[in-house]
Amino acid sequence: MIATRRAADTLVILIVLVLAWQVLHQIVGATALPGPLPTLSYLAKFVPTARFWENAEATLVAFFYALVLSYAIGLSLGVWMGIHRLSGAVGEPILISIYTLPKITLYPVVLLIFGLSLSGRVTFGAMHGILPVAILTMNAIRNIPPVYLKAARTLHLSRRQTIVTVLLPATLPEVVAGLRIGFTLTLLGVLLAEMFAAKSGLGFLIINAMSLLQTEEMITVAVMLFLFAAVANALLLWMEHKLHRRA
Amino acid sequence: MTTAPADAAIHASLKGVTRIYPGAGGNKPVHALGPVDLDLRRGEFFGVVGPSGCGKSTLLEVLAGLQQPTAGTVNFEGKPVMGEVPDGIGVVFQEDASFPWLTVWDNAAFGLRRAGIDEAETRRRVDDVLAFMGLKDFARAYPAQLSGGMRQRVCIARTLVLQPRLILLDEPFGALDAQTRLLMGDEVLRLWRRTGATVLLITHALDEAAMLSDRIGAMSARPGRFMDIVETHWPRERDSTIVGEVAFGEITGRLWENLRGESLKSLGYAGMAAAE
Repeated sequence: MIATRRAADTLVILIVLVLAWQVLHQIVGATALPGPLPTLSYLAKFVPTARFWENAEATLVAFFYALVLSYAIGLSLGVWMGIHRLSGAVGEPILISIYTLPKITLYPVVLLIFGLSLSGRVTFGAMHGILPVAILTMNAIRNIPPVYLKAARTLHLSRRQTIVTVLLPATLPEVVAGLRIGFTLTLLGVLLAEMFAAKSGLGFLIINAMSLLQTEEMITVAVMLFLFAAVANALLLWMEHKLHRRA
Repeated sequence: MTTAPADAAIHASLKGVTRIYPGAGGNKPVHALGPVDLDLRRGEFFGVVGPSGCGKSTLLEVLAGLQQPTAGTVNFEGKPVMGEVPDGIGVVFQEDASFPWLTVWDNAAFGLRRAGIDEAETRRRVDDVLAFMGLKDFARAYPAQLSGGMRQRVCIARTLVLQPRLILLDEPFGALDAQTRLLMGDEVLRLWRRTGATVLLITHALDEAAMLSDRIGAMSARPGRFMDIVETHWPRERDSTIVGEVAFGEITGRLWENLRGESLKSLGYAGMAAAE
């Protein structure tokens, strides 16, 4: 029941988006924004080509490494700052101020260090993803009600049982929320890096198409990225809801 | 063992127990409790009342083995309590300690599963305790779908299912409204009679203590000490309707007489208390 209603909601949102797209197209003209129909027919031609997939692969590889880094560093930082009070108290304001800093201003530094290499794009992606993962993980651990630990002791749980059967499930929903936001921001970071300085990748394709005034290709890539991000986000959101179980 | 035969009636005891919290960050150490002596008789319902911040919860946690006393000894069934919660002691806390990621049934089964009790026995005991606590129809619900009173019952069920011989209740109904509190009191009396366990109930509500307990210990302001222990002489078969009895008024009156000055002290009206 809830699943069908959610599917219906998604469909309505999609229809509204496509309609808005059409309206915007009428206003600004095809040179800036091609309509949905011509774009879709271009998409059907362009997506099967090797050129699309080579660039998609470049993006995916950079994104994959960046995501692994974001999650590994973000989770470790978050767990450490959540458990160790002093580190958390010192680290939290620093993390939050870095989080609000527009990281694009630091991209020149990344470029000067790594050049146009894959490492530069990975680093820039991870710079975006680490912070939300770390901050939400830290909060998840700090927000564990102390009474859960007391209850665990009165129920005669071993240290391992307490971690696996109480602390982990208690923190999981918020940690997964962090992973979801980290996913989106890491993708953003990688695409930004590709747009400004790269010779391959979907971000590069978009900017390249723009400078050649191939607006259909530009929007096609954007649509594919939108689909990828939306599906991944929906999947993680579904996991989060499943963990909350607060129907 | 030097346990004299007469001590068989003593289920748990505190001897000269004090608890001082070391001062952190330049603060003075806080003397929270004691020295306190207390003998809990096997099978009795013992209520503890006292002004807020008087160390009631500290008393309970020391007795449960959740905290080490700074001085003195704690005994449960003839053995000293040291650093961990002994088998046979069950605790229900004031805060909601039900696990939101588990159904009511799985919450109740939690301790049994961790202890490795086999599945058939677990099912029998959990079904039994849920029926007893009136939670049968909510077995598949999650705590978030229940009211505060129901969630507290889930916590009681999770404790009862392990068949504790000494049940410690730390203001379990503190967050509930007065009517629900009276009805939950009936439930506690019912489970006390059925399990035959010894019960220690911490509460800030004098009427709750007077209605439920065989004996009531009135504690002083911090550092908490017993100033008076009142015997109620209620019959074992009793329920919340005894709030209409004359003796009920006398008991609450005596408790309040003891506690009024202490409560003023704990609120900082030391001068007022001294002037009276």
